Amino acid sequence: MIRFLLSRLLKGALVLFLIAIINFLLIRAAPGDPATVMAGEAGAADAVFLEQLRARFGLDRPLWEQLFLYLKGIATLDLGFSYRQNQTVASLIGDRLPATLLLTGTAFAVSLVLGILAARRVGRWSDTAITTAALFFYATPLFWIALMSQIVFALKLGVVPNVGYETIGAGHSGLWRALDIAHHLVLPAMTLGLFFTAIYARMMRASMLEVASFDYVRTARAKGVAPGIVTRRHIARNAILPVVTLAGLQAGQIVGGAVLTETVFAWPGIGRLMFEALAQRDYQVLLGVFFVSSAMVVLFNLVTDIVYSFVDPRIEVGA
Amino acid sequence: MDSTIPPALGSPASHPVLSIDGLSLALPMAGDRALAIKGLSLTLAAGETLCVVGESGSGKSMTALAVMGLLPRAVKPTAGVIRLMGRDLLQLSETQMREVRGRDVSMIFQEPMTSLNPVMRVCDQIEETFAAHDVLDRTQRRAGALELIAEVGLPDPPSIARAYPHELSGGQRQRVMIAIALAMEPKLIIADEPTTALDVTTQAQILKLLDALRRKHGTAVLFITHDFGVVSEIADKVAVLQHGICVEHGTASEVLRNPQHDYTRRLLAAVPSLEPPPAKDLSRAEVAFEVTGLNKVYRGRRTFFRRGREVRAAEDVTFFIKRGETLGLVGESGSGKSTVSRCLLRLVEPDAGSIRIGKVAIEGLSPSQFRPLRRCIQMVFQDPFASLNPRHTVGHIISEGPIAQGVPRAEALGEAKRLLHLVGLRPEAMERYPHEFSGGQRQRVGIARALALEPDVLVADEPVSALDVSVQAQVLALLQDLQKRLGLAILFVTHDLRVAAQMCDRIAVMQRGRIVELQATHSLFKQPQHAYTRALLAAVPGGQDARRKIGPNTDPLD
Amino acid sequence: MAFLLRLVRHRSSAVGLLVLTLVLAAAILAPILYPQSPWRMVGRSFLEPYAMQRFPLGTDALGRDVLSGLLHGASVSLMIGFVSTLAALVIGVPLGAVAGYLGGRVDDLAMRFTELFQTIPSFALAIVIVAILQPSIYSIVLAIALVSWPPVTRLVRGEVMSLRSRDYVQAAITLGQTTPRIILGQVLPNTIVPIIVMGSLMIATAILLESSLSFLGLGDPNLMTWGYMVGAGRTRLIEAWWISFFPGIAIFLTVLALNLVGEGLSDALNPRLARER
Repeated sequence: MIRFLLSRLLKGALVLFLIAIINFLLIRAAPGDPATVMAGEAGAADAVFLEQLRARFGLDRPLWEQLFLYLKGIATLDLGFSYRQNQTVASLIGDRLPATLLLTGTAFAVSLVLGILAARRVGRWSDTAITTAALFFYATPLFWIALMSQIVFALKLGVVPNVGYETIGAGHSGLWRALDIAHHLVLPAMTLGLFFTAIYARMMRASMLEVASFDYVRTARAKGVAPGIVTRRHIARNAILPVVTLAGLQAGQIVGGAVLTETVFAWPGIGRLMFEALAQRDYQVLLGVFFVSSAMVVLFNLVTDIVYSFVDPRIEVGA
Repeated sequence: MDSTIPPALGSPASHPVLSIDGLSLALPMAGDRALAIKGLSLTLAAGETLCVVGESGSGKSMTALAVMGLLPRAVKPTAGVIRLMGRDLLQLSETQMREVRGRDVSMIFQEPMTSLNPVMRVCDQIEETFAAHDVLDRTQRRAGALELIAEVGLPDPPSIARAYPHELSGGQRQRVMIAIALAMEPKLIIADEPTTALDVTTQAQILKLLDALRRKHGTAVLFITHDFGVVSEIADKVAVLQHGICVEHGTASEVLRNPQHDYTRRLLAAVPSLEPPPAKDLSRAEVAFEVTGLNKVYRGRRTFFRRGREVRAAEDVTFFIKRGETLGLVGESGSGKSTVSRCLLRLVEPDAGSIRIGKVAIEGLSPSQFRPLRRCIQMVFQDPFASLNPRHTVGHIISEGPIAQGVPRAEALGEAKRLLHLVGLRPEAMERYPHEFSGGQRQRVGIARALALEPDVLVADEPVSALDVSVQAQVLALLQDLQKRLGLAILFVTHDLRVAAQMCDRIAVMQRGRIVELQATHSLFKQPQHAYTRALLAAVPGGQDARRKIGPNTDPLD
Repeated sequence: MAFLLRLVRHRSSAVGLLVLTLVLAAAILAPILYPQSPWRMVGRSFLEPYAMQRFPLGTDALGRDVLSGLLHGASVSLMIGFVSTLAALVIGVPLGAVAGYLGGRVDDLAMRFTELFQTIPSFALAIVIVAILQPSIYSIVLAIALVSWPPVTRLVRGEVMSLRSRDYVQAAITLGQTTPRIILGQVLPNTIVPIIVMGSLMIATAILLESSLSFLGLGDPNLMTWGYMVGAGRTRLIEAWWISFFPGIAIFLTVLALNLVGEGLSDALNPRLARER
């Protein structure tokens, strides 16, 4: 088990290392002087400031040396400095990360649970409804669903707050604060979650239909096992395996979707931060968020790998 | 006593466990015939084994599924009754039928590799049968499972019980399936080709086990098979199915010794016997093909944490074949026979050894140097459904080789037409696609493709094992005829000793990558030298019978 | 012809085909019906749909005609969807084919590379690429292509790997055909069906991606796109819902149509599978 974990951690670290290199190359790929790019619009006019930047990041030195400096920075969690906000990128992201983790985590859990519950109804009347709904959510732009649900549930019906993370100035604490945040969370999490619910329900449905035709399901029926148990124990348990793998691969999509959802609902996470950085052409922050969101995906993948090794005995954890 | 129960209940001999009367099963509209089964009637008494024999598509598996109440939704019974202990199963509701399944009648399937749930432990899968019928408590179920595991002859029951299916071999899994089937001590066990996917030695063990268990428990066994060898081994009664109709039934000795129906006779005649035909005189033929010291080791993937596993698929394999001669390469799955055949064509690169076609050594050549020489050695593949590109016409497929070797297209196509005739197909086949042909016809196309390059050596890798017996015999006859006309040297790879006996002049027996015995066919069957060869021979289904040749008009030799 | 019939017989994909034809017609007719730039102010701002006959879908905050924008946006969406998918296929298919056919170390390397790109959150990468290269139609197509090729590579590699061990490919080797000829003649033609199906679904995804980028303000500043229109209307959502609503519907219908056609294609091109159902 330890070996397995170790090899997965090593793989994750390697991926992060490569992503850091891509990140580095992206700045260099920008048209124009990298110092200008780094400064964003903040220091565009100031020649002295640009000179300082060049010295600090060694922009006058050979490329590989710059890369080394950059990687060293990453290793010590130094993601650069936002001259726009006059803060380190790491602290900017650190402030916003919990909100994003809360949102994406909730959405992921909601979608997986709902998706599987929905798929369990394969073949009943609700099956068509689910397939149709899945197709609907699959084909609708996420930001548009977010906007429309905002109109309907927040602005017209008023059952949930329109935007934000908590009621500003309410001075809640403890449980009341948690409930207040949860109340704010409902709309963004459902919007983000339902989209993935659709995807998982579709995958789970396809997977269950496939497994249902396998020989061991026939064996179970030949034993006289009741249909409900056949579905639960033999079909669902095997059908979920490919869905878990794919859910890991979809983690990146959830993080990407968070950018849109947070933008619409003014949810103070790193997605919103990315949108703000975009408007301000604050590339340091942009790349910092990009790196951290990649790291989140690596983490999600690690978790799914471990979960998978528990549900599928065929994975040789010991070896 | 309930008056609906037939009076014959008291006397088991007169009251059959299973009686099927006038059963018809309707196929969905689109099929090539309206009924899967038409007017089938069978009876089976306690402790009896009834073999239902037929070729693919004969409806034998449908019969089994109908008894289990597990027919595909599209197939519906339209007439007849299926009585189990006097109860008409077709009249039962799904809930009632579920209680019957597993308790009164259970089933063993063909594919042991896929018939067990991969994420459940063996004991849980056995105990599930008890649980489904609500008998015994938790600890009793576990004890019962362990007992069953021991009863089907699996070693170390506690550790087998904890194992997952992927940790067991095919034979072991089939034993687990038998344990599951036995759990509730049913009156009837249905076995649908339970040994077809297994090696012959394993097959022999499983057949023996099934036979012993039904004697011990007095269980009736409905055994579905295509193999008359297996029939002669275990059957008390036989029913022969053709296109959904039972053409003949009777006791095993009646049907095997004195078949009445023409179809049965043809099937029996097509079963190759273990008695080889008279030997050819090859003393003056020159050596066409020679392999010396062939070695191939497969290495598993090495990772940072794990050393790769090594499998020796071929170890010091040495043989030669003369012009006009057929050498058999016989072995069970995993013996390395397929690796050897693929090494000869360099579809797999051998690690060491020399391969000579005529006078030319091919082992050291680069792929591009070897390419023009490929015409000298050609291959016929096992699965006629996978060996032809579904997007190409038959004419295209046959002419592909000569075109790749530089023959002008028009000339190659003309030659292809001639070859079609040679393998017994009509010239119209040129423009057709593979899916329009039957398995046997496709195999003929495969042979024509190989012959288009006028090779000296033909490697035939299990060329008939995917075909029905009657078709098998035709394709084998074609190969023999072509060899006579073209003087081919053939390497015939097979797992079936009966086929090898009919086809081969000499036979090499392979075990774990080594040739353990190589002899002329006659002497190999008379005086097998190696213990493994003797085990293989003993395991051939219908062994003693096959030695004489089952079926009519043969004189027993001994 | 028989293939078209099969596709039409599939009811939902016939509907999809119809919608796609309408979108295509909109793209072609836009410059004829509305020869003026969709960016031009043509009337009062915030006119409700049918408040004036001339503006059946109303006007936006700057008095631009929503319908004109919608029609002009159709060609942008289709074009970006199609070109970026083509570009992704150009990267993905050869890489997958070579990796799957050669196997071994080449395959290992190609797959690690693909996995890396699959791990990176694709939308975030697209944002970063477009932002750094400055928003333009080229940077958008490039970004979408760069984030959408990995699934193609995986699909093609998987198909090629299974085909490679198929006996008819082995037979082609024994006949002496050369490797490029085997890949092009025996292997790739048998992967065309799944590639076409995936391609049609990828166009849909690409259109969604483009609209999301435009929504965030990363669209080509010279082109009127559906995503931009939704984004532009979002600050005045309650008073002028139609500005965001109609472009959203347009995206939804186009993407849905592509998905339906994709599913229909997969059934129609795979007669064996369809019959088994």
